[in-house]
Amino acid sequence: MDRMHFCEHSSYQFNQPLESNRNNLMEMGGLVEKQVVDALQSLLQADSDLAQKVLDTEDKVDKLEMLIDEECTRVLALRQPAASDLRLIIAVTKAVSDLERIGDESAKIARMGQQLAEEGESPRGYVEVRHIGNHVRNMLRDTLDAFARFDAKKALEVAAEDNEVDLEYRSAMRSLVTFMMEDPRAISRVLNIIWSLRALERIGDHARNIGEQVIYLVEGKDVRHISVDEMQEKLKK
Amino acid sequence: METAQQLDKPSLGNNDAAKDKAIKEQDTMTQDTPYPDQTVGSPYVDDPKMRLRDVEVFYGDNQAIHGVSLDIGKNEVVSLIGPSGCGKSTFLRCLNRMNDTIDICRVRGDLRLEDQDLYDPKLDVVELRARVGMVFQKPNPFPKSIYDNVAYGPRIHGLANKKYDLDEIVENSLQKAGLWNEVKDRLHSPGTGLSGGQQQRLCIARTIAVSPEVVLMDEPCSALDPIATAKIEELISELSESYTIAIVTHSMQQAARVSHRTAYFHLGRLIEMNDTDTVFTKPEHDLTEAYITGRFG
Repeated sequence: MDRMHFCEHSSYQFNQPLESNRNNLMEMGGLVEKQVVDALQSLLQADSDLAQKVLDTEDKVDKLEMLIDEECTRVLALRQPAASDLRLIIAVTKAVSDLERIGDESAKIARMGQQLAEEGESPRGYVEVRHIGNHVRNMLRDTLDAFARFDAKKALEVAAEDNEVDLEYRSAMRSLVTFMMEDPRAISRVLNIIWSLRALERIGDHARNIGEQVIYLVEGKDVRHISVDEMQEKLKK
Repeated sequence: METAQQLDKPSLGNNDAAKDKAIKEQDTMTQDTPYPDQTVGSPYVDDPKMRLRDVEVFYGDNQAIHGVSLDIGKNEVVSLIGPSGCGKSTFLRCLNRMNDTIDICRVRGDLRLEDQDLYDPKLDVVELRARVGMVFQKPNPFPKSIYDNVAYGPRIHGLANKKYDLDEIVENSLQKAGLWNEVKDRLHSPGTGLSGGQQQRLCIARTIAVSPEVVLMDEPCSALDPIATAKIEELISELSESYTIAIVTHSMQQAARVSHRTAYFHLGRLIEMNDTDTVFTKPEHDLTEAYITGRFG
């Protein structure tokens, strides 16, 4: 028997909400992933319309978050889930709030895209945005994949990748700050890029958080607030 | 999730192969999950109150319990859970030789209350049952007054010589069972006139009146409403300060709420015994997981 089959309960009324919950989460994940991709695109290509599309999606994401939370609350109240069912519900409620925050961060990037489209391009930083953006996008995709397949190993890889993103973010920051000191006229435009990088870095953190929830769901171990090495160590036990 | 979806909607058409497959898949739960060679988790504790090893119970030719070994610690609440017919009540009834009353029942194994062998032929069973009391599923007060219900045990065991001592035991027991305030003005009215929840607490008072060391409870709340259940559960945690308690329950939430450790029985075997927290958040064995998440049972 596979422990992670959530629609094998004797009660059909229990299978259904668990299954629909997971589907809603995946739908929300898909939406947010699209938001991140579009936001990056709008920033890199100074595309205001695309940026507006990202901002318009926010409402839908927020509604899904509330829908999923309501569904989880109902399952907790009516079914008193235990073991893997309980962990699924807990992991889903936590993952949706991270997804919603990722949506917020991509909206920030989209707004920066709109401003840069109006004020003119930043003289620096696009290479870094593209690079870190791609990285973060992959992380988000992987972490959602890991959730869909209950793959703790992949979730751990996402956590490891987040460390690289943090490093890249710090080095990009240093070079942009140096550039601003050399050319103070570009400060306002470069700052927009810096805020976007900051948002990307935060998206990476949220993707990692979701990965940690996947590990909790699959392995039943709480791996928050520890280093990747410690995570590996804990999972071996 | 593909197989899961198939399971959800087995195609029971004209195709015999599909039929067989669907039936087989429904059976996979127990087929794919073999019993562990030995109990998973931590069935033993240091300095146990009851030490039970290789317990086997037969009803005639039928083996109801297969080599169950576990410890019950001092002042510990242990709950026994499992699907109907898994042997948890049978096991509980071994602990104060309640099974002696069934002719075809035979018990093998090493069962000890501290150093006392429970199945020692020289042991006085009545005395044993005073040390290991039992509360049953349906409240069964004697057709006597509330006072006499509680005083019955101390009288036959000669625990009180004077009326004054007996009064004190009755009051104390009713206090501990959380019933004193409700019945102190009508101690001499019949016990059967109380409500179901009160009757059950009266039975608990009657059990603890003889100062047992261990209290066994066989689904003590299954005939009670939620409020009476909550009172009994509260009582269990208070009683665990002075007694050792083993409780059989069908309500998993109840096991989760009241017990320190939980033992999961399946078809006469002890599959897993662990801290209650572990059992209900991250059980070690697949069968335990399947049962407590409602995949069968």
